[in-house]
Amino acid sequence: MRGNHALAEAAVRSGCRYYFGYPITPQNEVPEYMSERLSKLEDGVFIQAESEIASIHMVIGASMAGGRAMTSSSSPGISLKQEGISFLAALELPAVIVNMTRGSPGLGNIAPAQSDYFQATRGGGHGDYRTIVLGPNSCQELADLTYKAFDLADEYRTPVVILGDGMLGQMMEPVELPPEVQIKKLPHKDWTLTGAKGRPSRFIRSLLLDPFEEEEHNWKLMRKYERITKEEVSWETFFADDARLMVVAFGIAARIAKGAIKRMRDEGLKVGLIRPISLWPFPSKAIKELTKKVRHFFVFEMNMGQMLEDVKLALEGNGEVHFYGRPGGIILTPLEISRVISSYYYQKKLG
Amino acid sequence: MLIKTVFSGFGGQGVIMMGYLLAVACMYEEKNVTCLPSYGAEVRGGTANCTVVISTEEIASPVASEPEFAVLMNNPSLFRFQNQVQSGGTIFLNSSMIESRPVRGDLDIFEIPVNDLAKKFPGNKVANMIMLGAFIKKSDLVSLDAMARVLKDTFGNRNPAVLKSNRSALQLGYDYLE
Repeated sequence: MRGNHALAEAAVRSGCRYYFGYPITPQNEVPEYMSERLSKLEDGVFIQAESEIASIHMVIGASMAGGRAMTSSSSPGISLKQEGISFLAALELPAVIVNMTRGSPGLGNIAPAQSDYFQATRGGGHGDYRTIVLGPNSCQELADLTYKAFDLADEYRTPVVILGDGMLGQMMEPVELPPEVQIKKLPHKDWTLTGAKGRPSRFIRSLLLDPFEEEEHNWKLMRKYERITKEEVSWETFFADDARLMVVAFGIAARIAKGAIKRMRDEGLKVGLIRPISLWPFPSKAIKELTKKVRHFFVFEMNMGQMLEDVKLALEGNGEVHFYGRPGGIILTPLEISRVISSYYYQKKLG
Repeated sequence: MLIKTVFSGFGGQGVIMMGYLLAVACMYEEKNVTCLPSYGAEVRGGTANCTVVISTEEIASPVASEPEFAVLMNNPSLFRFQNQVQSGGTIFLNSSMIESRPVRGDLDIFEIPVNDLAKKFPGNKVANMIMLGAFIKKSDLVSLDAMARVLKDTFGNRNPAVLKSNRSALQLGYDYLE
C-alpha cells in the first residue's frame, strides 16, 4: 500500500469519520482515499474546504462535537493551519494533523524533507503549548501510529501531529492494517458540545481575559504536558549494544541511516542507531543513558539541524555531537551517508 | 538476499506502473519489498523513476545506492543510471528510444525495442508491459504466474480488453528474449 493510503485507511479504522482538507502534493492521496472511503460510510463526512485555514477550523468544530477528526497537508499548508492548531491546544480538543513534509521554506518543492521538525515539536502556532508529534519511518508505522494517534488525542485532549515526509507518503510497502474500532465502544467524552437539553450547559473557549484565569489554564496545560512527557516517549535502537558511534535520526532519514549502518557493520565499523519515534515528547533520557557506553553521536537529518538541538539538550554536554544534514528535498543513498559517517568514525579514531 | 531495481523513463511511459506491478508480485510471493516512486510535478513528460527493493529480510532503506538491475526506457535515464548500477549488474534497455550504449564493460545488457513491438497492439500503450515481461524472465525475481495474477488484480475490474492486451504484451516480452 502507498503510505498515504495506509495512513488514511488506518485513520478510518481508528474511528475517524470527519476529514477536512485542501489539496497539496505530496499528500493528495490522503484526501483522494478519504473522499471515496468516507462517502461509503453512513456517518462519514469528507469536505474539501476552500482553504487550509477553513479545513482546520472544521476540524475544531467536529472535534468539539465529539467526533474523531483529521486534516492533512504538507509544509506550506501546515503553516496556514497553525492558528487552528493553537486553538485546538487551547480548547483542549483532540485532533490528528498529518504533515507530509516537503522541501521548504516558502513554497519550496514537492520533494521529501524533514524541515518542519521545529514547527511541529515546538507547538508551531502562538502561545505556550505543545502537540504530541509522532515520526513514522515505514508505511506500516504510518498506519500503526495514525491508529494510535486518535487514542492519544482523545486520552489527553490534545492535537497530535504525524510528521511524515513526501517520500513516506509516496512509497509503497506491504502493510498489515489494524482492526476496525467500534465507535460506540470508544471511551465516553463528558465535555462535548452537543446541545444542553436536559443537562447544565458546557463551555469550550480560549478567550480568558482575566490573566489569573489564563495563567491557571496554562498551568493546567503544562501539567498535562508533563504527564505526556512521562508516559508517551517512544524510540527504537539498532545495533546499539557494542556501538562506539551512535547515529541519531528520525523518520525516513533513519531508514536510510539503517541501510548505511548495515553496510558499515559489514566492514566491521561499530556504528549503531537510535531513532526517536515520539519526537515530542523527545526520548531525552534514552539518549542520555547511552552516554554511559558511547561518547560520539552523529545526527543525520534531511534539514539544516533541527532535532540536533534536542539531542544536544538531551546530552547536556556529555558526549560529542556531529551533524550532517541535507535540506531542500535531497535524498541521500545509504552508500553516500555511510561514507560521511565512516569518515567521521575514522577521524575520531574509533576503529 | 537483497535485490534493488531501478525503473526509469519519461513520465507517461508507465515506469512507475512497472515498479508497482513488480512490488505487488513480490508481495504475493511473500517477500519483503519496498517501492519508491519519484516523479516531477508534471502530469506528462519530465522524468520518472521507481526503485523497488526486494529482500528475504527486513528492508532497511528503500533508497538504492547501487542497484543490481536497471530498466531504462529513454536516453536521459541511461545517462543518469548507467554508472550507478553495480558491477556485474544488468541493464534492460529500450532500444527503440536509446541510441547510445553504456561505456562500461562490466554489465549484462539486454536490448528490447519495446516501442516498435508495442505498435502491434491496439492503442500502442503497452511498451512497459513488454519490457516488464522481458525483465521478469531474465531477472528471475518473480514468476510469470505471479505477475499474471497481479495484472488480473490490477486491471481486472476495468475494460477486459485492457487486461487482455497487457497480458499478451507481458507474454510477448517474456518470449522475446531467449
